[in-house]
Amino acid sequence: MKVRKHLLKREKHNLKIDKGQGDVIMDFSFSEDIEFLRSNVRKFVKDEVEPRAMEIEENDHIPEDIVEKSKEMGLFSLSIPEEYGGLGLDMVGKCAIYEELGKTHNGYTTLIGAHTGIGTVGIVELGTEEQKQKYLPKMATGEWIGAFALTEPSAGSNAANLKTTAVKKGDKYILNGSKHYITNAVDGHVFTVMAVTDSSKGAKGITSFIVEKDFPGFVLGSVEQKMGLRGSHSAELFFEDMEVPAENVLGEEGRGYVNALKILANGRAGLAARNLGSSEKLLEHSLSYAKEREQFGNPILEVQAVQHMLADISMQIETLRALTYRVAWMSDQKMRVVKEAAIAKLFGSEVYNKVADLAVQIHGGIGYMKDYPIERYFRDARITKIYEGTSEIQRNIIAGELIRELKKKEG
Amino acid sequence: MNIYVLLKKTFDTEEKIAVSGGKIEDDGAEFIINPYDEYAVEEAINQRDAHGGEVTVVTIGDEDSEKQLRTALAMGADKAVLINTEDDLEDGDQFTTAKILEAYFEDKEADLILAGNVAIDEASGQVGPRLAEYLGIPYVTTITDLKIDGENATIEKDVEGDVEIIETSLPLLVTCQQGLNEPRYPSLPGIMKAKKKPLEELEIDDLDLEEEDVEPKTKTIEIFLPPEKEAGKVLEGEVSDQVKELVSLLKNEKKVL
Repeated sequence: MKVRKHLLKREKHNLKIDKGQGDVIMDFSFSEDIEFLRSNVRKFVKDEVEPRAMEIEENDHIPEDIVEKSKEMGLFSLSIPEEYGGLGLDMVGKCAIYEELGKTHNGYTTLIGAHTGIGTVGIVELGTEEQKQKYLPKMATGEWIGAFALTEPSAGSNAANLKTTAVKKGDKYILNGSKHYITNAVDGHVFTVMAVTDSSKGAKGITSFIVEKDFPGFVLGSVEQKMGLRGSHSAELFFEDMEVPAENVLGEEGRGYVNALKILANGRAGLAARNLGSSEKLLEHSLSYAKEREQFGNPILEVQAVQHMLADISMQIETLRALTYRVAWMSDQKMRVVKEAAIAKLFGSEVYNKVADLAVQIHGGIGYMKDYPIERYFRDARITKIYEGTSEIQRNIIAGELIRELKKKEG
Repeated sequence: MNIYVLLKKTFDTEEKIAVSGGKIEDDGAEFIINPYDEYAVEEAINQRDAHGGEVTVVTIGDEDSEKQLRTALAMGADKAVLINTEDDLEDGDQFTTAKILEAYFEDKEADLILAGNVAIDEASGQVGPRLAEYLGIPYVTTITDLKIDGENATIEKDVEGDVEIIETSLPLLVTCQQGLNEPRYPSLPGIMKAKKKPLEELEIDDLDLEEEDVEPKTKTIEIFLPPEKEAGKVLEGEVSDQVKELVSLLKNEKKVL
């Protein structure tokens, strides 16, 4: 009886790629596993989420059954290692899935993106074994939704200017202050919160905490009315003598600012991948509309001005794709990606905004109408230049890295 | 309970299908699990979860059929078997498939075999019943409900919009109709786990079969796409003239009167 193993087949497949050119110098293909995962996510998004995107938009609410099915799919477990019930995917795999999730309503994408990104990564990267055991399995199933609470009225891009305080009292910390614009605040159960433990030390006096919404003194404020990302809810948080057990300090005391930057840096490739997916969806819409829409007796797809817009969209998309997956790959090789990840976040948001603008232009009047999805992408694109580090902050990071590299070279 | 699912890889009829040289072009076609077989996989998993046992998914195909088997494993099946005929068989029909399956099941002790009602490509619906005949076990087609209690099975069968209730016993072969269940999506953790599940690959000589044993009994003369739907014709003018024109068109052009 002949029993062949998967492995054999994979080797055969790789040989095909070689085609007698010796060693593979560069390989831009995804592994079979990643292709398989993403094709299933693509089908799920296409069949279950996309047909209800208009419903999400109109009701400013993601239907519970979609959230439930997404949890069953395992989409909430993307960032969590296998030993805690997650998928244990590397960055390339995560990005491939984010790209698929970007192809539908961005409010839905944001619920999952914020949870699997800034909402869980802190505990995965910095948590103690006890913290991981306690939080990650329930976050992997989506029973507990994660959120990240850094921003305050006085601390946006200047993240070190926090006013929320944490004072140690016995085996507890007492937190006072407020946060705003906190994605997933309404559905969130577990928050990574940054607060000042020593105001004399500036950025070095900030500590991160794992906060549960049931902690005494945790108050959910009003839900913010946004330009887009409907269905994803951001809100204010108030901490009124909120008691946080000392074992819920995340990472070391005084390292909260560095932790926050690390968590944000980790999510940048993923954001680029989501923007890539949304841009691809806009190209798909634009192509099919241009083929159908007739003016002056012909489909506008035959008009050179329209063709050039489509070509520009395609150029942006392919450039973003190459950049995104290279950063993800570098990150999986444990290479330093501070500069490249900032470039991907910045460029990804710019591409998405440019593509959304061109897509509205190709669609003309209907692109501006609420009964067609294009204007929704146009509004949703705008926040990507602001959240998780504005474009200006990304430029600061990029320039900072350039200067660092220069100094290193000059000694 | 030993549960088996007969699964077929088909092209996705939601995608564009091109025919050339009397064959459907493989290039560019998307392949999926035959949707009726998805009901069979789902039902098999549910029956296993209710009664214990093991689900084995069996397909006859080529190297690429592994993808559909992995999908079934990711949904929750325990084992998969690929009977790879790529190198051995030029052609095949329902007889070929049923003969190969008969040989495969010869030394198996199957309690329940599930198949799709039909495959959406050729829609013959023959393989299940033929196999049951060869194996000498009862079969029920187009089922929409299956309750198993010990050795007994109570089945609801779709009979052109009506329901027939059938009582029978295991071992049994059923073919699954839309409405039986709602097939699950393979979850991402399920996909990762599926990699570690056994996938056995056999060729027909492993089943002690020769090419002549399974030579098809039918011959496909031609394959063509249905004619493209033309736009309807709108008649205009006085109603009495329209009626006359309609009658004339039905008589002379469409020749239905």
